[in-house]
Amino acid sequence: MIHQYKLGGYNIVLDICSGSVHAVDDVAYDIIALYESQSREDIIAAMAEKYEGVDGITKADIEECYEQVTALKDMGRLFTPDTFEPMADTLKKKTAGVVKALCLHIAHTCNLNCSYCFASQGKYHGERGLMSYEVGKQALDFLVANSGTRHNLEVDFFGGEPLMNFDVVKQLVAYARSIEKEKGKNFRFTLTTNGVLIDDDVIDFANKEMSNVVLSLDGRKEVHDRFRVDYAGNGSYDNIVPKFQKLVAARGGKNYYMRGTFTHHNPDFLEDIKQMLDLGFNELSMEPVVCAAGDPSELTEADKIIVLDQYEKLAELMINRDKEGKPFTFYHYMIDLKGGPCVYKRISGCGSGTEYMAVTPWGDLYPCHQFVGDDKYLLGNVFDGVKNTAIQDEFLKCNVYSRKECQDCWAKLYCSGGCAANAYHATGSVNGVYEYGCDLFRKRMECAIMVAVDRELR
Amino acid sequence: MKHIKTIETRNLCESAKKGGCGECQTSCQSACKTSCGIANQQCEKTAEQSK
Repeated sequence: MIHQYKLGGYNIVLDICSGSVHAVDDVAYDIIALYESQSREDIIAAMAEKYEGVDGITKADIEECYEQVTALKDMGRLFTPDTFEPMADTLKKKTAGVVKALCLHIAHTCNLNCSYCFASQGKYHGERGLMSYEVGKQALDFLVANSGTRHNLEVDFFGGEPLMNFDVVKQLVAYARSIEKEKGKNFRFTLTTNGVLIDDDVIDFANKEMSNVVLSLDGRKEVHDRFRVDYAGNGSYDNIVPKFQKLVAARGGKNYYMRGTFTHHNPDFLEDIKQMLDLGFNELSMEPVVCAAGDPSELTEADKIIVLDQYEKLAELMINRDKEGKPFTFYHYMIDLKGGPCVYKRISGCGSGTEYMAVTPWGDLYPCHQFVGDDKYLLGNVFDGVKNTAIQDEFLKCNVYSRKECQDCWAKLYCSGGCAANAYHATGSVNGVYEYGCDLFRKRMECAIMVAVDRELR
Repeated sequence: MKHIKTIETRNLCESAKKGGCGECQTSCQSACKTSCGIANQQCEKTAEQSK
């Protein structure tokens, strides 16, 4: 399978199944488009006619180009057949019975009252609550006991607002550190916070113990304060920005993300990215809102046109900032063409419900944080383990080849079938497809690869 | 005349023979939490080798 597109002054050709990326001239671009449907003679004749008198392109050039395309095909770098489908089930089953990551809902409560919150202000449509040390400890023991030979284990302190239960966070990290050597494991912790409770103690702790911190900021003050308000209705921007700046300045090069959400109210989210840059942040993520159909924040088809254009302009900005010596990262454009994921990962996807689960303050297990509160998806708990194997099997069967809509999509080995929660909310099935998200994803990948090509060839 | 510049990439067909150690990061565990993809994940083995 081939995908061709023109962006940022480049003609780019992707060979999906080998993972190859080519930057080509116009003649090669046109030859590749015709290569599988027409004969050599017909293609060369068509090209000779099209390029007659153009930039000194001769018939010999065209023939030479045709041979270069053929050589790449022979090397397995173009028109590579898809041979992965028969191994999809086997590869996915490698994840069966092994848990390597938990999202610990350390607090089902929040000190902000953001109306667009998918977690209904941290309550996940249920009771408010804080995770006890005992439940958290049991969750870590459950993770270690079910992690098989996996060395690296990931734990995200999530909410609600996890800093509302900071003492338990600290106790759990101390417990994990006390057992990791004996158990032969390496814990990597992440903290996702709205920033309200950040102080020097939090900064010191986070920068010592957290592999990554995710800091919620929506960009422009008026955009941020539209949703991210306290219970009195006051915006949180002025309170949290200095705290985030202090934390990031002290981070010493360790990973962080400024993570924003864009909605129907700010599809021009590039302005919010620029605001984050102006504030001195340069590891950025902006995500489309996840909300119920019909919600006033929901992105519309008209918004999509703007958003797709914004993604292209973001790629341009990234290239321009590179040239100025002021680079920044955008989560979805961080594509590592040389060291990216193997095909096992590309087929298996995110691992929700199998390798990855969410734990509520009471110890209940769900396939991921986005299913918490939906009784149908209750898998079990950290004391008794996974009992609802029928639901887990649904997730075990999720792979890029289990979704018929993905079969002809060029992006399938970049997204691996997408987010099960998004699919469920859009179609009622975890094996469905959230098409709006697909459109955004494909554009992001085109942009990400173009930026990577530019960095390679500049 | 060079018509095609091939960018150095990981060969996915080769990775099918040796891949699948499972040590890589869980996709949703880092930043997005709402719209996962795997393209921006790192392979733990290649990251280790490049250190």
